[in-house]
Amino acid sequence: MKFAVTVCVLGTIFVLACEREQRDLQFPSEDTRRVPMIPVTDFHAGGSPPPPPVVKSPFEDNAYAMSEGKRLYSWYNCVGCHAHGGGGIGPALMDSTWIYGGRPEQIYASIVQGRPNGMPSFGQRLDDADRWRLVAYVQSMSGHVSSDAAPGRDDAMQTTVPESRRAQQPILFTGSQP
Amino acid sequence: MNMQSMLAPAGLQAAAIERLWWIFLIVTSLVFVAVIVALVAAIVRRNRDGGPSDRAAFRGVAAAVIATAVTLIGLITVDAFTARKLASLETDDRMVVNITGRQWWWDIEYQHPLPSMRVRTANELRLPVGRVVQINLQSADVIHSFWVPALHGKRDVIPGHANEIWLKADTPGRYRGQCAEFCGLQHAHMALTVIVEPQDKFAEWIAAQRQLGPSDASEQAARGRQIVERGPCSTCHTVRGTDAGGRVGPDLTHVSARQTIAAGTLPTSRENLRKWIDNPQHVKPGVRMPALGLSRDDIDAVVAYLGGTQ
Amino acid sequence: MSADPQPAQPTALDRERTELGATWAETPGWMGWLSAVDHKTIGRRFILTAIAFFALGGLLAVLMRLQLARPEQRLVDADLYNQLFTMHGSTMMFLFAVPVMEGLGIAMVPLMVGARAIAFPRLVAFGYWMFLFGGLFLWISFALNIGPDNGWFSYVPLAGPAYGAGKRADVWAQMITFTELSGLVVATSIIVTIFKYRAPGMSLDRMPIFAWSELVTAGMILIAMPAVMVASTALILDRLIATHFFNQAEGGDPLLWQHLFWFFGHPEVYIIFLPAQGMMSTLIQTFTGRPIYGYIALVLSLVSTGFIAFGLWVHHMFATGLPQVGESFFTAASMMIAIPSGLQIFCWIASIWRGRIQWKTPMLYALAYFFVFLVGGLTGVMLAAVSLDLQVHDTFFVVAHFHYVLIGGSIFPLFGALHYWFPKLTGRMLSERLGVIAFTLLFIGFNLTFFPMHQLGLLGMPRRVYTYPAGLGWEGLNLLATAGGALMALAVITYAINVVWALRRGTHAAANPWNAGTLEWATASPPPAYNFHPVLVVRGRDSVWTDPDPITVIGLSCARREVLITRVVDANLDHRFESPTPSIWPFITAIATSILFIGSIFTPWAVVWGSIPVAIGLIGWFWPGSKSAPQEPTGAVIRERLA
Repeated sequence: MKFAVTVCVLGTIFVLACEREQRDLQFPSEDTRRVPMIPVTDFHAGGSPPPPPVVKSPFEDNAYAMSEGKRLYSWYNCVGCHAHGGGGIGPALMDSTWIYGGRPEQIYASIVQGRPNGMPSFGQRLDDADRWRLVAYVQSMSGHVSSDAAPGRDDAMQTTVPESRRAQQPILFTGSQP
Repeated sequence: MNMQSMLAPAGLQAAAIERLWWIFLIVTSLVFVAVIVALVAAIVRRNRDGGPSDRAAFRGVAAAVIATAVTLIGLITVDAFTARKLASLETDDRMVVNITGRQWWWDIEYQHPLPSMRVRTANELRLPVGRVVQINLQSADVIHSFWVPALHGKRDVIPGHANEIWLKADTPGRYRGQCAEFCGLQHAHMALTVIVEPQDKFAEWIAAQRQLGPSDASEQAARGRQIVERGPCSTCHTVRGTDAGGRVGPDLTHVSARQTIAAGTLPTSRENLRKWIDNPQHVKPGVRMPALGLSRDDIDAVVAYLGGTQ
Repeated sequence: MSADPQPAQPTALDRERTELGATWAETPGWMGWLSAVDHKTIGRRFILTAIAFFALGGLLAVLMRLQLARPEQRLVDADLYNQLFTMHGSTMMFLFAVPVMEGLGIAMVPLMVGARAIAFPRLVAFGYWMFLFGGLFLWISFALNIGPDNGWFSYVPLAGPAYGAGKRADVWAQMITFTELSGLVVATSIIVTIFKYRAPGMSLDRMPIFAWSELVTAGMILIAMPAVMVASTALILDRLIATHFFNQAEGGDPLLWQHLFWFFGHPEVYIIFLPAQGMMSTLIQTFTGRPIYGYIALVLSLVSTGFIAFGLWVHHMFATGLPQVGESFFTAASMMIAIPSGLQIFCWIASIWRGRIQWKTPMLYALAYFFVFLVGGLTGVMLAAVSLDLQVHDTFFVVAHFHYVLIGGSIFPLFGALHYWFPKLTGRMLSERLGVIAFTLLFIGFNLTFFPMHQLGLLGMPRRVYTYPAGLGWEGLNLLATAGGALMALAVITYAINVVWALRRGTHAAANPWNAGTLEWATASPPPAYNFHPVLVVRGRDSVWTDPDPITVIGLSCARREVLITRVVDANLDHRFESPTPSIWPFITAIATSILFIGSIFTPWAVVWGSIPVAIGLIGWFWPGSKSAPQEPTGAVIRERLA
């Protein structure tokens, strides 16, 4: 009887193996040209809200993805316009203001399609895994992920508080009410 | 088969270390045999008289301890001489190569006073026979260790530290080195090919490396070049002479002239280039190069371009 | 004075023993099991738990060997392999080797020095729970995919915040805190037991050598373990709250980690090694039937090894580019430590020469030491030479070296000592036949596994690689090593079968089945809860041989748990002291501390809020009870009865 209970408990533990720590190395790559229709604003015509988008971030709260995203953020020169979140040529990514939406699928669309006034389209240049890793990292910049999964400080001169210690910012559109 | 063996030295320092190894092996083997003989004698001896007296035992043990101390001092001395030999290469007339260890490849840049004469390559180090080489080691991320057993011992590559290693290769040939400090998922596939060749062949090689990018004469190669410049490749890779100027991945200008790709994981061939570009994660899971989702034709075009010439 | 069969009439001694049995008894039931403070119980728990972790760590090794048997195999992927070797090393070093040596110390040292109890028994119980919880924490994390994957030494920057995603490295770092806290408290207890709980007349130079080895080891633990706790705490701080201990861009240095870790790491292997040297002296003395030759030399070797071990750590860092002059110092020190080890070997050979060998299983293990440890020690001398080390560092040559010294120098003596002390701790004899079979399998299997690794290192195979290419001459040797690994697994299984069989069907053991000379054999097998009654006075070394009818101490209370405290050097009587009774508070405090430790890898606030339950636990633990104050031994109360 005691043995059976132990086996059940251990079995449950194995099954609930931690999502945060998954390291997805064989992420299937998608055709880089296809991008689904993703609304960039919450405004909609009519009474009821539109159905939720079909695109879901595969790396929700995944620590490895965010850590890779942080590396890619420098590699693909996002720092060139967005600095380490404070913005410059481009808008800040660590605050609560989102011109084209701050939900994961909206960030994904912005990266893939590009945006007016200087955000290049990276669709041709990034595969799907890298896009979603960047999305996960950008979310962590405004504290929208669990602090266990968010990256710690990097091994460089410190520019700001590490992502794991940032308070969560609300997602606001320019011009919308909080 | 002995490309990575320290017992097949091809350079001054590795030879000195190999000599030291044989000295140590012989001395320690003699010590081992002596102790075992004493032990066996102690077991087998029929001690009708209770064995050696206190005095005899004391003398025996004391003699053994003194012999041990003397042997150790001798070994320390021999090691000190070898260490002197290993450090004896430093000279002004040397070739300088900067090697940056990255997860999981070796970023090699031959230095020159004129920046335009510098040559950047990856994972393959060509050295002229008999020339002293100073290798400056830096890390771009974690601790690695530069190790070519045929030439010298290893030197760790530590972020924030400017380590260097001086080498002199004396025997032409092809040797293999490998990262010797655990550095993450693909530490096992971070090898280095070292080719030691006569001075004139080396000069030829480095002149060829200074040439610009591969030929895009054929239609397929021209299309390949377009894909490299405008597609995902240029975000990370450089092909000199084109618009592709990414610095975070290996320089691909003369990739087909190298003997291996993916840091010693696959021998260079069109088929292997295709396999690699199609999905690097199948060959080296966790590597920093993503699976790009290029079509079969696109990959063929890129391979036709990059795999074109020297 | 062994436990003779009860005479027809119960004597005064028998009545006292019965009363003592009741006074020193454990409380029954679940609560009693969790509240145990008997050092023999806790020592057995330590040993059993450590052996369980040994088996788990061994399974991981089997998996690694299967993966490496053929080149470019895909049995185990890179991520899992990295976790395997990290868990194997961490389990073996932190959850098996040190705890089992400590466990034997806890179980045997009070018996050997003629004491009724161990010092601070509740602290020792707490130490056990912390060890158990730390081990469970590590292994459950492994099952949850949060197991560490950066090696048992966890170098930064790979384990740092930038490259160590998730909580894996934090789990490793906090496991360290658990196990080192456990080690520290047990070491404290052992030191005090040895200094103050020895039987009257057992001056330091009459103490068994195993007790000396445990004393030196405990002292080393006190100095070495804080270093690694500092290191692992600094790592957690870097990862959790962005300190810069190891960030070279802000003034830290990755090399700092290596210094801190190896300052602990090198003494750690001697912490594992020295008790085994004590076991060697014990086994050779008993199984040659004569007092060991060179007692003073052996003791001085242990002490000097303990000191010198702290001056060797940079030999793990010869390839990092440190200045040559500094490195030379560590070459010299690393070679010189061979002298005390050599002295011990020569004294043992002299002992064997002067005695008559009893060919029993424990002696086989002791003899195997000479063949196995000597190879490891000699390759260690090779590694001490910087020039040679630069080639073989971080290759399979080093793997071969340390397995030869650890298994030859510690595990072989340990298995022999477990076989030797099994009758004392359990009251049953192990089977000689199964013992010899297990030994033979282990000896052959071990050499088959690890000897080829020397050659692999010379041929250039680095460590911590999940696979290797064909064509470099490494295939055959790897296959051989894997085959040897299978034999070793068989050996361990045979030993386990022997233990299980003996516990059920083994012959009952007499008080002194090996006819040994030290004091633990002067009481029953297994000893009663109070160890000795009457407490014996010691008049020489190996008093069971030299003093068969000793003077005893009378007048200690049978109604309270009284122990006799003696002076440090010459063990003259000092005072009587009441040993703590069983208590649930060490267990509760351990639970509270575990919550604090585990919580603090997720948020720094856990240290604040978590200290409240810990405070409650400690308050409950130290709440003043009704124990009487230490009493002076007045002439009227304690008399030495002359024979």
